[in-house]
Amino acid sequence: MDIKIRIEKACKTFGEGSITALQEVCLDIGSNEFVTFVGASGCGKSTLLRCIAGLETLSSGSIKVDGTPISGPGVDRAMVFQHYSLYPWLTVMDNIKFTRQLQINLEDITSADVEAASGRADALIDLMGLNHVKNSYPNQLSGGMQQRVAIARALLPRPQILLMDEPFGALDAQTREVMHDMILHVSKLEKTTIVFVTHDVEEAIYLGQRVVVMAPRPGRIDSICPVNLPAQRNQDMKLSAEFMQQKKAILTRIRETAGVHTDLELLARMTKPADNN
Amino acid sequence: MSSDKTRQHRVICGWRALWVIRGHLSQRAYLLFALTGLLLPLAGWWWLSASGLMDKVFMPGPVDVLSRLYSWFNDDDLLGDMWISTYRVAAGFTLSAVLAIPLGIMIGTYRPVQALLEPLTDFIRYMPAVAFIPLVMLWVGIDESSKIAIIFIGTFFQMVLMIAEDVRRVPVTQIEAAQTMGATRSEIVSRVIVQSAKPALLDTLRVTMGWAWTYLVVAELVAANSGLGYAILRAQRFMQTDKIFAGIILIGLIGLAIDQLFRWLHRKSFPWLYKK
Ligand SMILES: Nc1ncnc2c1ncn2[C@@H]1O[C@H](COP(=O)(O)OP(=O)(O)OP(=O)(O)O)[C@@H](O)[C@H]1O
Ligand SMILES: [Mg+2]
Repeated sequence: MDIKIRIEKACKTFGEGSITALQEVCLDIGSNEFVTFVGASGCGKSTLLRCIAGLETLSSGSIKVDGTPISGPGVDRAMVFQHYSLYPWLTVMDNIKFTRQLQINLEDITSADVEAASGRADALIDLMGLNHVKNSYPNQLSGGMQQRVAIARALLPRPQILLMDEPFGALDAQTREVMHDMILHVSKLEKTTIVFVTHDVEEAIYLGQRVVVMAPRPGRIDSICPVNLPAQRNQDMKLSAEFMQQKKAILTRIRETAGVHTDLELLARMTKPADNN
Repeated sequence: MSSDKTRQHRVICGWRALWVIRGHLSQRAYLLFALTGLLLPLAGWWWLSASGLMDKVFMPGPVDVLSRLYSWFNDDDLLGDMWISTYRVAAGFTLSAVLAIPLGIMIGTYRPVQALLEPLTDFIRYMPAVAFIPLVMLWVGIDESSKIAIIFIGTFFQMVLMIAEDVRRVPVTQIEAAQTMGATRSEIVSRVIVQSAKPALLDTLRVTMGWAWTYLVVAELVAANSGLGYAILRAQRFMQTDKIFAGIILIGLIGLAIDQLFRWLHRKSFPWLYKK
């Protein structure tokens, strides 16, 4: 397996060094791999993803894509945000084609390129099931539909890497399942390397070939769990003993590293009837 | 009898339904309330002036005001006054907007520009524009440009700060999305920030337009020999209360018309905000 992204001793501090969001994170991500990140809130998942995207710069260490250290955002790495990233003044079609208007895609352009891009936009619209809304504006769409548009927009310039930060976090359970199978399909079809951050352990196992568990204060990698499910996923696998076991193991790790737990005794005392006092 | 009861019930429901918090109001009900809100004060004014409780010199009735408006139009060049006032507002306001929009966008986009200009603008904003009038008259004289200058001073600094704030409200994810798609800095400004802030910018212009009219009247009251504000001032000298009323109402109506024009422009320019 060739290495697509190499993260070496990545450190990131905020607030003049008072917050260590990432401490010596090392990880190799392979070509066309689907890696998911889980961990307690504040463990630096988003920060790591944003560093890979080039939206934040590391305090020390390096992130290399195909052996070249990254310096800022680039079209080889597309990002899908949790929400509010679509342009409300553009129709669905124009949002998806937004990258085509940019200078970077207009240099040395041939009419064949334009045609190919337009064909690809249509194909993505079909793939995402957006055909009936392609002339609507984003605020006319449901949250799930909006995320499909955001994914289609990110995929249009054929990025080699797709970075996703809780992209389905705001969706209901049913829509999420549909989106899961859709994104798995895309990753096979487009051979995109996908780095996917989530709060949902089930989602992480279902989608990922490896689940990276991160721990907070300081943000670091706690453990890496390879997922032993057949490559062709289906929803029934979520009920298999293997899946359950893995989910339990990961949840336990997250709980142990989170450093917050419910004080049952205190709760019991709080709800005690008044006459006992 | 029972149908009577249900009807009563429905009426109560209808009345109650009006007071649902953030509830819905039918077009007809809206019109009814709006007309009541407009006609009631008018009726009250009429009654007050007709009752003779107040001297006509101090409280002319609606009819007096209308007839004064008519004679103003026929003998005193009402249209000329309206034209020159509108021209001054338009000139001062346009000058403000043309300078404030790029400056506000720069302040809202680039931190060094913000640090350089915002504290200064904030400071000047708190100086009363009216107090600049004597200075403006000394520097610019008393021709048209002095009125335009006062409107400019009154609106420009507020406008800059409001536009900068509009620009800062552009969601950062919209900007970051463009960065990850390979947009250059100038593309992010022109294709994302400006586009995203446009509706808010138009609203800011609409609000500051109202202030421009206020400063116009101030300027015309002290430093003019034409225009609606000047007419009001002169009417006071001749105890023509009805003309004062007419002038004030006229300015209100022009303001209302311009405001509606801005709203209409908003709906036409930003259809996505009105489609649900
Ligand atoms: N721009 C910033 N300035 C200061 N501190 C920040 C900034 N961004 C993140 N942090 C801090 O860095 C730590 C990691 O944040 P991050 O958002 O990466 O966590 P996360 O794992 O994505 O959490 P969540 O699951 O809640 O999204 C947190 O303590 C956070 O407060
Ligand atoms: Mg996060």
